[in-house]
Amino acid sequence: MAITNGNSIDHTTAKNRVVYSSFNLWSGILFGIGFAAFIDEAVFHQILHWHHFYDKSTTDIGLVSDGIFHAFSWFATVGSLFMYANLRRRKGLWPKRWIGGAFLGAGAFQLYDGLIQHKLMKLHQIRYGVDIFMYDLVWNIIALVFMAIGIYLLMKTRKTSNKIKTER
Amino acid sequence: MEHSGHAEQSAIMLLYMILLLTGWVLYVTGVFISNKKRRAWPWHRTALWSMGILCMAFALTSPLAIQSHSNFVAHMVAHLLLGMLAPLLMVLSAPMTLLLRTLNVASARNLTRLLKSRFFLFLSHPVTAVILNIGGLYLLYTTNLYQAMHDSQLVGVIIHAHLFLAGYLFTAAIIYIDPVPHRFSPLYRAILLTLALAGHGILSKYIYAHPPAGVPRQEAEAGGMLMYYGGDAVDLMLIVILCHQWYKASRPRLAEECGNQVN
Repeated sequence: MAITNGNSIDHTTAKNRVVYSSFNLWSGILFGIGFAAFIDEAVFHQILHWHHFYDKSTTDIGLVSDGIFHAFSWFATVGSLFMYANLRRRKGLWPKRWIGGAFLGAGAFQLYDGLIQHKLMKLHQIRYGVDIFMYDLVWNIIALVFMAIGIYLLMKTRKTSNKIKTER
Repeated sequence: MEHSGHAEQSAIMLLYMILLLTGWVLYVTGVFISNKKRRAWPWHRTALWSMGILCMAFALTSPLAIQSHSNFVAHMVAHLLLGMLAPLLMVLSAPMTLLLRTLNVASARNLTRLLKSRFFLFLSHPVTAVILNIGGLYLLYTTNLYQAMHDSQLVGVIIHAHLFLAGYLFTAAIIYIDPVPHRFSPLYRAILLTLALAGHGILSKYIYAHPPAGVPRQEAEAGGMLMYYGGDAVDLMLIVILCHQWYKASRPRLAEECGNQVN
């Protein structure tokens, strides 16, 4: 059972949110990275079969980058959820900041995947046998939009956090 | 020639069967001895050990084992069972704890002294374990060792033993079930697990693109993908267990930490 506090719970939560502010941010970012990688794998590799497991033009560095990002995102998905549980356990979960982090993480991963891995390292393309330009454009614009939403939410929560800090 | 190779193979399978059966009997005997002296050994640990032995038996002594000599996909199934799944199941069954419970105090002390020895510390260091595990796989699939494994039964036995032992060492270095003389922080182990998983994934795609000598392209592609996703599946279990241990270890210990009076 959680330990309950007699007086104003909202005040406690607000304070805890400030204390665990960066923990919220990082849990969200890691979840975003993991979630984007999971969607990439589940939807684009397995369901649509647009992405290929390996592409003859894949560079060696692309293979290494893919391996590291794949492993990291796999760990990040699980780790971030345990971090989320830890925040709830410590009554420090700040949903808005967490979601902001998740948007930023997902957008950043998607942008890295779209620009560096697909284009520079030629790991694989979004889809084969089509004019790829529009696909690339939409892919990377979505990434930027995600990042913008994330940054907006993070800035808003940061303002709140500064306000609470000065009140104390 | 063909015939003697076959007889040799049967003899080795018989040897594997005897070893595995001995391993199972020893564990169960240990459980009986331990249960007489102390509180009951959790039955799920016995079940985990048994499943681990079964995985090894499937990889080493079943029709799959015979197929794996000529078929790379079958070889990869055996590889995942022997090098990843069986070690995980067996680490979870806490055999060292059981052994320490079974031994008398003097022998148990000698055993812990051995486990604390410099050699053993070196061997069980997470970095050593990762290098032995992933490094061994690179040697196997990127040199002509894979070919040699099928030409010589002895090389085959050594590689099987290495695959399992390195897998066990690695799993035991990442998740702590048995007593560990020198503990590393969860973050340290998380980083090494991620690096090992990355190394495993990179090698899988490398195999997909560069089939080992004597492996047809189609089999290499299917085997590489199986290694990639099969590795992910077993490593996911490792990640969840490691994170859960981390989560439990970092629980709030003081009332203040539970969220009442944090400042």
